[in-house]
Amino acid sequence: MDQDLYAIDSALSEDERAVRDSVRRFVDERVMPVIGPAYIDGRFPKELIPDMAALGLFGANLPVEYGCAGLNNVAYGLIMQELERGDSGIRSFASVQGALVMYPIYAFGSDEQKARYLPAMASGEIIGCFGLTEPDFGSNPSGMITTAHEQSNGSFVLNGAKMWITNGSTAQVAIIWAKTGADDKSIRGFIVPTDTKGFSATDQKGKLSLRASDTSELVLQDVCVPRTHILPKSGGLKSPLMCLTQARFGIAWGAVGAAMACYEEARSYATTRVMFGRPIGGFQIQQQRLADMLTEIVKAQLLALHLGRLKDAGTFTPQQVSLAKRNNVNIATDIAREARRLLGANGILAEYASMRHMANLESVYTYEGTHDIHTLILGQALTGLNAFN
Amino acid sequence: MKIAVCIKRVPDTETRIAIAANRTAIVETGVKFILNPYDEFAVEAALQLKQAHGGDVMVVSLGPDTIQETLRVALAMGADRAVQLKTDGAPFDTLSVASALAAELTTYAPDLVLLGKMAIDDYNHAMGPALAELLGMPCVSAISKLTVADGRLTAEREVEGGVEVVTAPLPAVLTADKGLNKPRLPTLPGIMAAKKKPMEVRPAALGVARVVVRSLEPPPERPAGRIIGEGAAAVPELIRLLQTEAKVL
Repeated sequence: MDQDLYAIDSALSEDERAVRDSVRRFVDERVMPVIGPAYIDGRFPKELIPDMAALGLFGANLPVEYGCAGLNNVAYGLIMQELERGDSGIRSFASVQGALVMYPIYAFGSDEQKARYLPAMASGEIIGCFGLTEPDFGSNPSGMITTAHEQSNGSFVLNGAKMWITNGSTAQVAIIWAKTGADDKSIRGFIVPTDTKGFSATDQKGKLSLRASDTSELVLQDVCVPRTHILPKSGGLKSPLMCLTQARFGIAWGAVGAAMACYEEARSYATTRVMFGRPIGGFQIQQQRLADMLTEIVKAQLLALHLGRLKDAGTFTPQQVSLAKRNNVNIATDIAREARRLLGANGILAEYASMRHMANLESVYTYEGTHDIHTLILGQALTGLNAFN
Repeated sequence: MKIAVCIKRVPDTETRIAIAANRTAIVETGVKFILNPYDEFAVEAALQLKQAHGGDVMVVSLGPDTIQETLRVALAMGADRAVQLKTDGAPFDTLSVASALAAELTTYAPDLVLLGKMAIDDYNHAMGPALAELLGMPCVSAISKLTVADGRLTAEREVEGGVEVVTAPLPAVLTADKGLNKPRLPTLPGIMAAKKKPMEVRPAALGVARVVVRSLEPPPERPAGRIIGEGAAAVPELIRLLQTEAKVL
């Protein structure tokens, strides 16, 4: 932000600041001018993909040998923060590509799969999506009904439907999670080219949130993939949940970016909008709004930063990620709404960002583990008692 | 081609500046510093020439250790090597700084020296011509287009009402204006690679400083605007004031 009141920059290394500044300029110069109209038109600005790739945004915390930037996790988090300053849809695109498609190929894939896909995904030639959630199984993925039946020749035939899939209609490959047997221990990941016979993606119409993002439903009808398309090291529900932990880490940072954008817009508006003969920022109610917003942003930044340091140290836990995702998205939804209110009638226009962020954040609140589910994860960690079922 | 680019670390234009107690410098605490935007055009021009002709791009800057961060920005953009000419503070006198830079550049023996037409902190516009004079090279200032072929450069300068096309032999000193190119952003792999590129640090052989900053003053506060009236009825009075008071019509 223009003001670094709590001197958080001093807790970042030079590289981390350089990464943040480069992505910030990219977002200011390339995303900001197009995102309002793209949101109204209900389209993801695909024209940004080549430049996002050239900047090194995809899978930026994966190793250099796969064409990635090899950044630490704090720098990766700062990328997510800056992208979501632009729009949650832009950050979602990069999150899915990096944390939900490149990461499982990196973590569970064979050497051949890594060599084939990771460089091509870092360079944006191949776009991916992640199919876990189903129409009737969101918070309870273990109940999934998508199946992968092994054939006598070793190939697999997949059947099922996946819902709320970011990048679904844009992607060339989908990571599909399916049961190869009866229970959730049999869940395996498959790399499915989206042009495989029997695979179809349908754009989700009628969204009032994440409008600048491709959200699709996938249908797999007798989709046959060779055995080489199974992620060999994936096994059980734990594998997709590990991916979600990566993505949620990015969301904890991204939500801060959306909140920063709303705060900046509100602060700027408050100092220039004149009512009753003086800037509205001179009234105590607006000052309280701004003070509350900034305080929560600073707390969220420190929460994300500490989580990043723990992840870099290799000691972070899914429960810590739940705490940060839950808090940071929650405060961001409040900040976006307060910013919209401070902007008065202008706040309902797409010319301003706050209401767009406010609507986006309702999705972010609900996806990647709903706020409520993260509450139960924390509750279980604190009491040892399972409140899920 | 060997290309040297002289760069400067300057406060971000969007940062709020406070003047220090001694009134000859700004308070640096909390101020965001950037690579001088005109020098960014110069770095980009050097990188494009290297892409077209091959060669080596060296960036050089003069100042305390804080400028290493700015040098690394240029390395992250794609420069090959960096030199810090170390000083305690940020000297103001152009000729004094130019002497130190010229000594370094003579050692490097570049085919081309590029820099911004001015730094956005002091607006001196003087470093390019001063360097050219000390190096005995031709100088073309404020260029908005550049091509190099067969040991000669052709550059365009935007002058009042038109474009001036000039040519000069290499080696030469060029200062970059806005419009020369669109500088690339440091890529994330570039930022990581920059850490491994050579950064040499040498004491700056500053010349005698004859120009010193006596004092810095903030600009006077702008008077508040005035609402003359509303609608068409206010127009005659507005025109009268724009003519007689503001004197802009």
